[in-house]
Amino acid sequence: MRTPRTRRRLLAGLLLGFGVMAFVRRPRTLAREPGLVAMPPTQTPQDVQTRNVAADTVDTYLAIAADGQVTVRVGKVELGTGIATALAQIVAEELDAPLDRVTLVQGDTATTPDQGTTAGSKSLQVAGPLLRQAAAEARRILLDRASEKLGVPVDRLRVADGVVRSDARSVAYGELAGKPFDHPVTGDAPVKASADYRVVGQSIPRRDLLAKLTGGEAFVHDVRLEGMLHGRVVRPRVRTRDGIGASVVAVDDGALKDIAGVIAVVRNGDFVGVVAEREEQAVAAARALNVTWSALPELPAQADEHARLRAMPSETRVPVNAGDLEAAFATAAVTHAATFDQPWQAHASMGPSCAVADVRADGATIYASSQNVYALARSLASLLGLAPERVRVIYREGSGCYGHNGADDVSADAALLSRAVGRPVRVQWMREDEFAWEPKGPAMTSDIRAGLDAGGNIVAWDYRVWTPTHGTRPGGEPSRLLAAQLIDPPVAPAPYGQVGGDRNAPTIYTVPNNRVTVEWVSSPTLRQSSLRSLGGFHNTTANEIFMDELARLASADPVAFRLRHLGDPRAVDVLQRVAERAGWGGPLPERSDGLLIGRGVAFARYETAFAYVATVAEVAVDPASGAVRVERVVVAHDCGAIVNPDGLTNQIEGNVIQGISRALLEEVTWGRHEVTSLTWADYHILTFPDVPEIDVILIDRPGEPSWGAGEPAICPMAAAVSNAICDATGARLRAIPYTPERVLAAIRNG
Amino acid sequence: MTTTQASRTEISVNGTRHAVVAAPETPLLYVLRNELGLNAAKFGCGLGRCGACTVLRDGAAIRACEVPVGEVSGAELITLEGLGSADELHPIQQAFLDEQAAQCGFCIPGMMMTTAALLAENPQPTTGEIREALRDTLCRCGAHVRILRAVERAARAAKEGS
Repeated sequence: MRTPRTRRRLLAGLLLGFGVMAFVRRPRTLAREPGLVAMPPTQTPQDVQTRNVAADTVDTYLAIAADGQVTVRVGKVELGTGIATALAQIVAEELDAPLDRVTLVQGDTATTPDQGTTAGSKSLQVAGPLLRQAAAEARRILLDRASEKLGVPVDRLRVADGVVRSDARSVAYGELAGKPFDHPVTGDAPVKASADYRVVGQSIPRRDLLAKLTGGEAFVHDVRLEGMLHGRVVRPRVRTRDGIGASVVAVDDGALKDIAGVIAVVRNGDFVGVVAEREEQAVAAARALNVTWSALPELPAQADEHARLRAMPSETRVPVNAGDLEAAFATAAVTHAATFDQPWQAHASMGPSCAVADVRADGATIYASSQNVYALARSLASLLGLAPERVRVIYREGSGCYGHNGADDVSADAALLSRAVGRPVRVQWMREDEFAWEPKGPAMTSDIRAGLDAGGNIVAWDYRVWTPTHGTRPGGEPSRLLAAQLIDPPVAPAPYGQVGGDRNAPTIYTVPNNRVTVEWVSSPTLRQSSLRSLGGFHNTTANEIFMDELARLASADPVAFRLRHLGDPRAVDVLQRVAERAGWGGPLPERSDGLLIGRGVAFARYETAFAYVATVAEVAVDPASGAVRVERVVVAHDCGAIVNPDGLTNQIEGNVIQGISRALLEEVTWGRHEVTSLTWADYHILTFPDVPEIDVILIDRPGEPSWGAGEPAICPMAAAVSNAICDATGARLRAIPYTPERVLAAIRNG
Repeated sequence: MTTTQASRTEISVNGTRHAVVAAPETPLLYVLRNELGLNAAKFGCGLGRCGACTVLRDGAAIRACEVPVGEVSGAELITLEGLGSADELHPIQQAFLDEQAAQCGFCIPGMMMTTAALLAENPQPTTGEIREALRDTLCRCGAHVRILRAVERAARAAKEGS
């Protein structure tokens, strides 16, 4: 219970604005009624000393216990994409160990190797070969040990299911593994031929699903520590990169006197939060806390966003400049130009970001769904003034993120609140916190100009894109954490690199005179970072709609037009396969409902270096309302050697649905002072009635590298839809989202 | 949210009466998760718009994030944990597992509870009816086509089992 005296102290302290202001009340003993289900406490490791994890030894990645259990330590983490299952398959295969004896430990700064950020469709691509090499090395060492033990040469031994056999005798891996491997991963251990694979290439069911389907402790949201309190943060509804845009003038906690269980109001500069015994009390306290903010600065008008991008100072880069562009345009038979716009879009994770932090004087443990626990640990150590080896970040899955959402920021919030009250604190952002504050996929805009010769071949291609960086993840410096910019004094911002806005900007087609210009702008309207495929979504959309426009100008079939500008046989293959399966060139089903139907194609090679994807979309457009429904999508996908076909198909389907959603529905909105798309009523995503039939063609390339598949298939999706709308109506949609209003306007102007 | 003091309330969850201490206006979801330690129902939006928190109240699907615990003390509440367990999967859970109908899985418990309510009322729904029933249960990963297959599989299993 609060006394009037502590109330006055609390308020006085807040108004004085001391650096850190936390008033901690004596915690009430947590009520436990007889008959309640006991909650299993999640262990808080007492020793947070981070192990020095070498990157190049077998022991870094693998441990085999006496009972034969194989533990794999990996820095890449399961984001809901099935990566944990696929990586376990690779290890089981190369080690010849039973898959059900292989367990994965992922993303724990104290025990797993730092493999950087889990992003960019690089987990299988990067961690897969490493684990394959480590497992092959381990297998070779185990065979040497078996040879010695059995007195039989290695070439007369064989291994199956973790047991080494000669003609007469056998020994299990567990019996051979009593000591560390103590051996580097040399990279020269023999690996299996893909023809011998038994586990890799199979649709092994996801290992994480049983817990998720039965209410197991599967998410960071489910972590419970002994004595854990609940926190919420209080912020205005907008923030740009370089400041909150408003400062705290006053904090009035008068209304909190009616809320039981409030432990503390925490203020540090413009960072304001509440901590309470129970979650609903923290929610109520955050709502009741009356924070007066200084006048919010005015945001640029949303309608002017793309013009603003073009008008901003920029750093110009020219990653591609081949041939003589102006000469080619001068002699071209036909020239054509168009502009393409991408709005701000949100990750829109189903569950708002959550973290649990236990910060003590001499160390901290944080459970987080960060895509890079190592960088987050370094950032938090700096923020908290702790030695890096005293901060342990343990990965727990969050709700699907599709890039850099609020997962890192909420970890800093939890850490600051935990430090203030001296107890473990769980913070889950509210829905509006996530929509307002998560770093979003930024607006982009592009101009393309091209020239065709008299034969309808592309002879000149000039692409120019305006983009901010898409890379603002905390990389070890704390300044990129929201809370770090709010505390007093704020952490000075570290400069950003130029990340992701140029992804898939260069055309993949063979064009003799070709220039790509990237205008890197530095001051976006909202807070931005990596959203699935980064600039790959916008740049592919622009390039692939424009290819469709050129095909029409050349009076060519869009598939044939693409094929004659492609030499790579794998690119040709995906296009031909998707066209065949989609019935390209054949009639679309008859409709009697008055809707206009059409079919569109698009192609992408991810980052112009990895997976090949060709997509055909069929749409039905209501000419009266402008509403678009995508009815059927066919995708042909080649990402090299396939590890888990069903897991891959799942990723492709997800990319298709999220891509359609982004193409038709999604746009972050803001008003004069703040983001206004704060709930699912304001930020729409595709729902069940509008989900199309999806037909996925997997092209397996045994023996080739396995490229990532988390992002490639989203790249061509919007262009396929736009091209299909044009096929149906003659109207060309060049600005996402393709809303009914825009479709109607395009039809009328068409 | 109003701010009355916590008091003792009894609720019936998955066939067991529980005495819980919570203010009557506390959203049921917080009581299920934090007092009873039930993980399946998730906080998604707090406004009843996404379905991640769906549970059954006397057989009907409700959004636990917006229903005060004080309103359900006389009701029979069923959460996903009451349908089945890892050792004994409910046919709906089995169908979702068989179809690998999830990516991140955050929304899936709500999908399954919505499915349970649908199949109780309409044991053999058409695809269109399934899509409509799931309209307001959101999935961001795009596992929809698998979820639709899983619901159809669960309906088939119920028919064959009956």
